Amino acid sequence: MKTSVFAAVSAIAVTCAMPAVAEPQAEVLHWWTSGGEAKSVAVLQQEFADNGGTWTDMPVAGGGGDAAMTALRARVLSGNAPTAVQLKGPAIQEWYEEGVLADISAVAEAEGWADVLPASIAGHMKCEGTWCAAPVNVHRVDWIWANADVLEANGIAMPTTWDEFNAAADKLAAAGITPLAHGGQAWQDATVFEAVALGILGADGFKKAFVDLDMDTLKSDGMVAVFDQMRKMRGYVDDNFSGRDWNLATAMVMNGEAAFQIMGDWAKGEFLAAGKAPGEDFLCASVPGDGFLYNVDSFAMFNVDGDDKKAGQDLLSKLIVGQNFQKVFNLNKGSIPARVDVALDDFDSCAHLSAKDMNESSDNGSLLPSYAHGMALRGAQSGAITDVVTAHFNSDMSSADAVNMLADAVANSM
Amino acid sequence: MTEWLERHIPKMVLAPSFIAILVFVYGFIAWTAWVSLTRSRLLPKYEVEGLIQYERLFASPRFDTAMMNLFIFGTLFIIISMVLGLLIAILLDQKIRTEGVLRTIYLYPMALSMIVTGTAWKWIMNPGLGIEKMVRDWGFESFSFDWVIDPDMAIYAVVIAGVWQASGFVMALFLAGLRSVDGEIIKAAQVDGIPNWRIYSAIIIPSMAPIFLSAFIVLAHLAIKSFDLVIALTGGGPGYATDLPATYMYAMAFSRGDIGQAASSAMVMMAVVFAIIVPYLYSELRVKHD
Repeated sequence: MKTSVFAAVSAIAVTCAMPAVAEPQAEVLHWWTSGGEAKSVAVLQQEFADNGGTWTDMPVAGGGGDAAMTALRARVLSGNAPTAVQLKGPAIQEWYEEGVLADISAVAEAEGWADVLPASIAGHMKCEGTWCAAPVNVHRVDWIWANADVLEANGIAMPTTWDEFNAAADKLAAAGITPLAHGGQAWQDATVFEAVALGILGADGFKKAFVDLDMDTLKSDGMVAVFDQMRKMRGYVDDNFSGRDWNLATAMVMNGEAAFQIMGDWAKGEFLAAGKAPGEDFLCASVPGDGFLYNVDSFAMFNVDGDDKKAGQDLLSKLIVGQNFQKVFNLNKGSIPARVDVALDDFDSCAHLSAKDMNESSDNGSLLPSYAHGMALRGAQSGAITDVVTAHFNSDMSSADAVNMLADAVANSM
Repeated sequence: MTEWLERHIPKMVLAPSFIAILVFVYGFIAWTAWVSLTRSRLLPKYEVEGLIQYERLFASPRFDTAMMNLFIFGTLFIIISMVLGLLIAILLDQKIRTEGVLRTIYLYPMALSMIVTGTAWKWIMNPGLGIEKMVRDWGFESFSFDWVIDPDMAIYAVVIAGVWQASGFVMALFLAGLRSVDGEIIKAAQVDGIPNWRIYSAIIIPSMAPIFLSAFIVLAHLAIKSFDLVIALTGGGPGYATDLPATYMYAMAFSRGDIGQAASSAMVMMAVVFAIIVPYLYSELRVKHD
């Protein structure tokens, strides 16, 4: 008995000691499993293999990442965390506080990430000053998409203020066209809400309300105005919107049933997949108001044992932020590269607009995290806000009541 | 030796399942109770902080809605399923020719998963696809049936789907109960010229009290743990109008990284179950004792 245990232990010791140079190993937990996304991950996988690494894929589909997070929790609790995990926004810091994230500052500094990433996006990738995650892409959330033919037929230009939007919507409604395509799911309500809030509160107000959770801003008259506009938006949505998926709403814009949709740039993928051309068949513009709401996907690196895994982590981080991957991945995904020095020649006009706005807003401080997509706040707080937004949108609650409820809900979620 | 085995084998055979239940049911109930007293967020923490999670829970309007929905859904679901089930059972009990076929048809919804029921009814009740559109296309332009998208009525739409699913099963229970009533008593009553409805209301139904109790317990626990039906039918919406405690718990634990909140809502759900089960157990045990 004793000898066999000894033999086994020494066998393990031998196999562990064997590789003289650590071969990069990475086990990657992600939930990019659908068509275009899976293709995008395959790009990274290929590049990783080309650089001599061994990639262990751990895709967990379902629930917009909920299932993957459950798997992650189980793995971390059992002391066997994956090498890299698709995480974003404050969730990175939340995991850091649990003491399970690794430090990849060496790679980040060697590659000069600080110079090529916009400052506010780089901020999400740092945990108390050290780099702990690598950004993959930048989705813009505050887009308004429109059917070009419908707008032309009704003599409407892309709105640049909310008053113009309301006027255009009233005109469209009178013409028998649904002004706003929308799906009644809580996160979609929240997406419209934050676009409206950015327009009405402005970049500063948005930051105070949804990043700093400043009670005075949450209870301000501006917030009442935001809910007033949301009530109007409710009137521009068709009766049958409850529970509709976002891509079905996009389809309504595509086939001219509806004129506008407010949705992140993943909607562009739907248009392109249907063979529509940006600028001709459909139009893209930022929603009325200044600013840029981003939703940045990233990979956080977890604490792992073994040189091969650490080497894998370094290689993976380097490749993710590398120019080539940033370009190929984002062409597939419909987003734009997180680093600002990637040539955008192959990208479409909407992506060019997005990149231009990102640089400008980064300079004037209006490059802001999206609250509706979990970039600005932790789950409990953003969830509490979404509860109020969706309750207001789906009932006849007054704006004043909604604002009070919002303040209470945020206080209660702390 | 054999005597020893004879005495101890039952215990030894039962021991693994006993231990498994002890750990995986009662052990984890205790664990959840503990976590519900902490400030756990993403991962469970074990420093007890008092009743903060329960204070947050009861201050949350969403949980209020969830409990109210459980009450509405539970009450209507149980009552309507029982009444409808009993009615169908009595009608089937009239010695009709195709009883076997009809019984199977009514029982069949129970064989479907709640996800299928929910999805099918989502389409049937969707105003743009289902009943409302059909009736309007027939020419009744003012017809309206939009419960599933009306926040005030959506929970009743869930009741409809739930009743559709469960009443056939309740029918089967009651049918078995009706058949088990002593035929001699019924014949005696018929000889006395007592009308049929009196036979049912005064003799058969009262003698079926234990069946009512079982049906109630089965339906009550279906109602309390109801989760998949709501997820498939309304996704908790519109807004969170059809949230139930189970969907609330899921959202907190798995979407929002608020494990303490999820644990406290799970404990409240368990308290509701106990409030129903304990009187039942009490009455059962007392009957055995006599």
